[in-house]
Amino acid sequence: MKVVGKNTVRVDGIALAKGKAVFADDLQLPDLLHLKLLYSPIAHGRITHIDTTKAAALPGVAVVLTHRDFPPHFYTTAGQGYPEPSPRDMLILNPVMRYVGDKVAVVAAETPEIAQQAADLIEVQFEELPAIFDPRDAIDNPVVIHGEISDDPFLYDPRRNIAARVTADLGDVDEAFHNSVHVFEREYSTPYVQHAHIEPHITLTWLDDHERLVIRTATQVPFHVRRIVSEVLDFPLHRIRVIKPRIGGGFGGKQEILNEELCAAVTLKTGRPVRMEMTRREEFFAARSRHPEIVKLKIGLDADLHITAIDLKILENCGAYGPHALTVMSVTAQKTLSLYKAPNIRLHADAVYTNLPVAGAYRGYGAPQGFFALESMLDEIAADLGVDPIELREKNLFSPGDEIPIARILGEGREGYEMKLNTTGMTRCLQRGAELIGWGERRGSEKTAVCRRGVGVAAACQGSGIPGIDMAAVFLKMNEDASFNLQTGATDLGTGADTVLAQIAAETLGVPVERIIVYAADTDLTPFDTGAYASSTTFVSGGAVKKAAEKLRAKILSQGKLLLNTRRAEIKDEFVVAENGEKISFGEICSRSLYTDNQRQLMATASHMSYDSPPPFNATFAEVTVDTETGLVRVEKIVSVTDAGQVINPPMAEGQVEGAIPQSLGMALSEHMMFDKKGRPLVTTFHDYHIYTALDMPEVVVEFIHTHEPTGPYGAKAVAEIPIDGPAPAVVNAIYDACGVRIRNLPVTPEKILRGLGKLK
Amino acid sequence: MKVHFILNGKRHSAKTPPGETLLEHLRKSGFYSVKHGCDEGSCGACTVLIDGRAQNACLILVQTLAGKTVETLEHFNLKQGVTPLQEAFLKTGAIQCGYCTPAMLLALEAVKRTHPKPDIETIREALSGVLCRCTGYVKPVAAAMHENVTEGEEQTGD
Repeated sequence: MKVVGKNTVRVDGIALAKGKAVFADDLQLPDLLHLKLLYSPIAHGRITHIDTTKAAALPGVAVVLTHRDFPPHFYTTAGQGYPEPSPRDMLILNPVMRYVGDKVAVVAAETPEIAQQAADLIEVQFEELPAIFDPRDAIDNPVVIHGEISDDPFLYDPRRNIAARVTADLGDVDEAFHNSVHVFEREYSTPYVQHAHIEPHITLTWLDDHERLVIRTATQVPFHVRRIVSEVLDFPLHRIRVIKPRIGGGFGGKQEILNEELCAAVTLKTGRPVRMEMTRREEFFAARSRHPEIVKLKIGLDADLHITAIDLKILENCGAYGPHALTVMSVTAQKTLSLYKAPNIRLHADAVYTNLPVAGAYRGYGAPQGFFALESMLDEIAADLGVDPIELREKNLFSPGDEIPIARILGEGREGYEMKLNTTGMTRCLQRGAELIGWGERRGSEKTAVCRRGVGVAAACQGSGIPGIDMAAVFLKMNEDASFNLQTGATDLGTGADTVLAQIAAETLGVPVERIIVYAADTDLTPFDTGAYASSTTFVSGGAVKKAAEKLRAKILSQGKLLLNTRRAEIKDEFVVAENGEKISFGEICSRSLYTDNQRQLMATASHMSYDSPPPFNATFAEVTVDTETGLVRVEKIVSVTDAGQVINPPMAEGQVEGAIPQSLGMALSEHMMFDKKGRPLVTTFHDYHIYTALDMPEVVVEFIHTHEPTGPYGAKAVAEIPIDGPAPAVVNAIYDACGVRIRNLPVTPEKILRGLGKLK
Repeated sequence: MKVHFILNGKRHSAKTPPGETLLEHLRKSGFYSVKHGCDEGSCGACTVLIDGRAQNACLILVQTLAGKTVETLEHFNLKQGVTPLQEAFLKTGAIQCGYCTPAMLLALEAVKRTHPKPDIETIREALSGVLCRCTGYVKPVAAAMHENVTEGEEQTGD
């Protein structure tokens, strides 16, 4: 292959390197209005009185809107396939407040300062209601958070505060435990953490010359934005255009419709352009976060240490509303139960409402929570039985050709599809990682010093798109210099997707990647794509690109034959070459097709959807130092070895892994959204919410194991999410190796370490 | 009020309302390489050079800049093509979403003025004021080191 598997400089690289005006906010609109929101100061209550007179009278204020200005229409902000498998439990503005940060009112004014001043002038009185902050207290609590909705098929039991429930049963778990030689039972939990993309949520809306609504927004899901805004504002879809410019990181945080509907509402009301950019503080309480989960695992093993049964119980805290509530915990279960063979499986997962900020989609989408539990537990089992943790894992892995039974049961909010494992590099990932970290020498070494070193391992698998649901379409057309316009709805949010898609097109068409001109994404100009989530773009959108490029290549060949007046010819190095050696270049074929012979535009479209979602695999190894005097943990080294099938762009794939590692280390060690006793956020700045800096980074070693996935474009599987699953459990397992302290509730803190060492009560 | 300072090598007279930050002023004036990330000096996305030192534009009021020299990435950009440091960023894959890239490039430009050939610790220190959520800093650090190596080779004439 000439392009796939090679380093290609990003197609958008020069603009980004020069800081050009390519992000959503990099333009100036005349007559612009700025939005500010008034947020609920209480965790639960009803608005009894609201007076906007003073706010509206402030000079410079254009409009003040409250719940009274919108007909009650329940929807979900989750950017998912339609109908969304998330409860429709939200209103654009609420009469009932369900968390500190719920939206009371919106102000549009000439400047952000005036808008904020006006928001502060709104007089509101609340009838405060008792609140729920601990997910363990949610079910059957006399406090009911969503009492008023009764007819939503994706809302499980609001009277009991259960947003969603997923269960599954395979084989006979009780019988299997009864016959098992070893049975272990443990509970783990993960905290509220956040995406912390550096570009905040930013949306601009205006009416174009045809009085159509234009939404230029930092989104991962432009087509879902168009559909949801149309629905919630009852405004025709054909009069909405959503433009996705360059995006400053998303990680799932921009898979949500957060401000687009409000900006659009104000533009439609005033006819004026509107801008809403969240402050960093707002990001921390009013945007989305990773669902905290309490995961209970019971695992049985036979005498040969083969897993006989897994009983998995998940309690997911979805916060005050339920976007992605069902599907995140479904993924927790589906991924954690897809790594090791267990003939008997039982699953019970509940997503419960609390009066805390709303969780949503965050890179990994439930899998990091699940693998933290599973991979910690395997380490505990290995320690208890005195076996090598790698050996225990290898014994139980699925092999190529195996069916993964849970995939059939759990799809996106409905039944899934049969999944056979075509390729797995899991064992090789573990073995290569062990070599790179020096597993044999370092594990279990002398532990008497004050600062003790330890190593730990975690394995994981993810998916490549949502089978049977994710769909991508592309349009490809040829120009007379043998360049090609690739128009795709796929959403590059900083991942390099546009470049990867250009590489797939270039490889298939047999031209240099520089001649693929990518445009994405714009609901007017590019075909549909479900969006950038679930590690789908390389696999699903890439599949569409490959199909379209193959079709266009066939058309070029047939047009070339026609122009050469031959029946037999083939494509060689941008020429169509006839049997007799006569040839015609791609450029000439296109030029003559446009102007002189058998005139037509050489172009092709294709759509792609897959019932397969081949899992990428990863083994992560961590080496840590634990200071047994202070309880401080320092991660010295992370080795991450991934099977992502055929890697399309090696430096970009490495970049995905290198960026995922500190996000997971943050969840393990330094990131934690905390709340006071009244549910008010205590952490609303980067000073308190510590994401890894260049100085915090450990040594990072990233490698790939090559496999060729037959269902992926050029053998590719996904790479975006898989590397975020392993670092947290690998670190926790390394801490145990270093000092014998087992942390089951993240984040790891010095207090927890010292408590584990018996130095703190 | 009016404030005069040097912006990207040219005399700049800023008409600025009281309390306006340099970040607001620069973006309003079309210097879009300067990004908004937190407004409180913690993310570094708005990094600019003031009298040669990397600073957060969100924490600096325009009215305090009289007589100073301000540089944004636009000052370093070539009309066409890229600088060697930008080239190194592109080639190593140090740019993912690109939102913090201008700030990283400026932080590295600043450090080069005091350390013409910074070692890896100096580079990490220099980049520690710019938060990046995409790259884990691995490739940006490598790009900065890579540039060192290239310049070294040029000096020896190889």
